[in-house]
Amino acid sequence: MLRDITLGQYYPADSKIHALDPRTKLFGTLLFIISVFSFEGVIGFVAITVFLFWVIHMSKVPLNFMLRGLKAIMILLIIAGMFNLFLTPGQPLVTIWKISITREGLRNAIMMTIRMVYLIMGSSVMTLTTTPNQLTDGLEKALHPLNKINVPVHEIAMMMSIALRFIPILIEETDKIMKAQMARGADFESGGLIKKAKNMVPLLVPLFVSAFRRANDLALAMEARCYVGGDGRTKMMPLVYTQIDRVGYAVVIGYFILLMVIKAVL
Amino acid sequence: MAFILDKVSYRYSEGTAYEMTALDQVSLQIQDGEFIGVIGHTGSGKSTLIQHLNGLLKATEGAIYFNGQDIYDKDYDLRDLRTQVGMVFQYPEHQLFEETVFKDVCFGPKNQGLPEKDVTLRAYEALRSVGLPDKYFDVSPFELSGGQKRRAAIAGVLAMKPSVLILDEPTAGLDPRGRDEILDLIAEMHVHYGNTVILVSHSMEDVAKYVDRIIVMDHGHVMFDDVPREVFHHYRELEEIGLAAPQVTYLMHEMQERGLDVNCDATTVDEARDAILQWIGNQR
Ligand SMILES: Nc1ncnc2c1ncn2[C@@H]1O[C@H](COP(=O)(O)OP(=O)(O)OP(=O)(O)O)[C@@H](O)[C@H]1O
Ligand SMILES: [Mg+2]
Repeated sequence: MLRDITLGQYYPADSKIHALDPRTKLFGTLLFIISVFSFEGVIGFVAITVFLFWVIHMSKVPLNFMLRGLKAIMILLIIAGMFNLFLTPGQPLVTIWKISITREGLRNAIMMTIRMVYLIMGSSVMTLTTTPNQLTDGLEKALHPLNKINVPVHEIAMMMSIALRFIPILIEETDKIMKAQMARGADFESGGLIKKAKNMVPLLVPLFVSAFRRANDLALAMEARCYVGGDGRTKMMPLVYTQIDRVGYAVVIGYFILLMVIKAVL
Repeated sequence: MAFILDKVSYRYSEGTAYEMTALDQVSLQIQDGEFIGVIGHTGSGKSTLIQHLNGLLKATEGAIYFNGQDIYDKDYDLRDLRTQVGMVFQYPEHQLFEETVFKDVCFGPKNQGLPEKDVTLRAYEALRSVGLPDKYFDVSPFELSGGQKRRAAIAGVLAMKPSVLILDEPTAGLDPRGRDEILDLIAEMHVHYGNTVILVSHSMEDVAKYVDRIIVMDHGHVMFDDVPREVFHHYRELEEIGLAAPQVTYLMHEMQERGLDVNCDATTVDEARDAILQWIGNQR
């Protein structure tokens, strides 16, 4: 039950998109997001839609996994849509009592919804086809130049990947402890807010204890293996661009230029 | 009759890419007062199976009846079930949370709604029975050693006096003496109170020594379900799924292969001794 909410929602499959270097995917996602927020007109919309669904098809991830991310922001989408729809001043289309829907409002609501939905779906393509570890690796390498201005890129990336690694472990641990206490008659559901918070103690104390124990163990294990971060450290699986990445960059840049051309022409 | 499991299946992470069938059409009957051992290799579904028995996991398919009532009925009180079916988890020491050992043991009985006096009495009894010296009652559970923590955690479940006691590898990581002490204690309580005990274990010796019935799990199926003697007759099949029979079973079979006509039913050292003595007696 709890294990289902993992941050890294990686969907394993054997596809061209999965095989891309995480840096390529990061760059592609960035360009896609820019394009989503700058496109105009029906032709632009069609181009973006075709591109997005083509990539989703290539990734071999079932469409409903992409749409799952949308569920979380559904309410936000509806509220934002309502605000745009009813509160944008302009030429009224329909008027019900005192509230009126304007032409501009309708346009804004539609545009905003499309943009949000495509933004979520576009980034889902990346998170579903890249493991969190690959992602941090990619970020580390892409941000490497920042080392020059004394940003500890490697350390930050290391912290990120450790944190990511620990999320499922802690979720599993929570699940286990919760069950153990429920077996002793603990009740995590009923009661008011204060009672509920109080009932959490049997869950939170062991959870913290185990989190610290694990952190301690990990630090010890790293030290025992003579871990040193930063410069001079080599990787087990270094990121290297291959042919598929060159194609990937070409496709994404080509797509972006096409969109800009469409925008300029219209 | 304590439990009836009717074609119970359970799938973890259903509907995701990581879907995993951990139990596949398991049907079982468990009578009141039985002492049952559950064995199976790592990942065969033992922990998953026993977590169904107090409603911590809800079967994806199938039904479970406890004392004739369907535990998945809408108006069935699962909390009531959990006070009757006590469960000691793998590594139970991770559930300790109170300021003192004594308070932690009180947690279960308190949740059962017992009066203060009874709670204290039960906690005291339980702590005594697991053999934790009095001087540890008022220290923080986090200051105990691993084995002492384990005892305190087990006491926390025993104090609830469950009519069905389920233990998931209660002795993993304990020294041989601690292991024997805890298992002896559980067997003693079983004789004394006549409660139902279900023991998950990786040790064939332990299982052979204490239980009356063995359930062998393999890939989410029940492979064998019989008295220890019968189950260990299949020691070759057990080996195929990564298990083994107790050492003495091998000894007896080896003796028979070498032409000594001993009775191969022995599963514990005592039984083996008797069988060998009997054979010697017959020779004379
Ligand atoms: N929370 C979970 N989420 C997903 N899969 C799980 C989860 N817990 C267990 N499994 C899987 O279900 C199967 C059965 O697991 P289970 O814990 O019941 O095994 P077990 O027989 O108790 O093993 P062990 O002897 O190691 O304790 C395993 O293949 C395991 O990978
Ligand atoms: Mg287990």
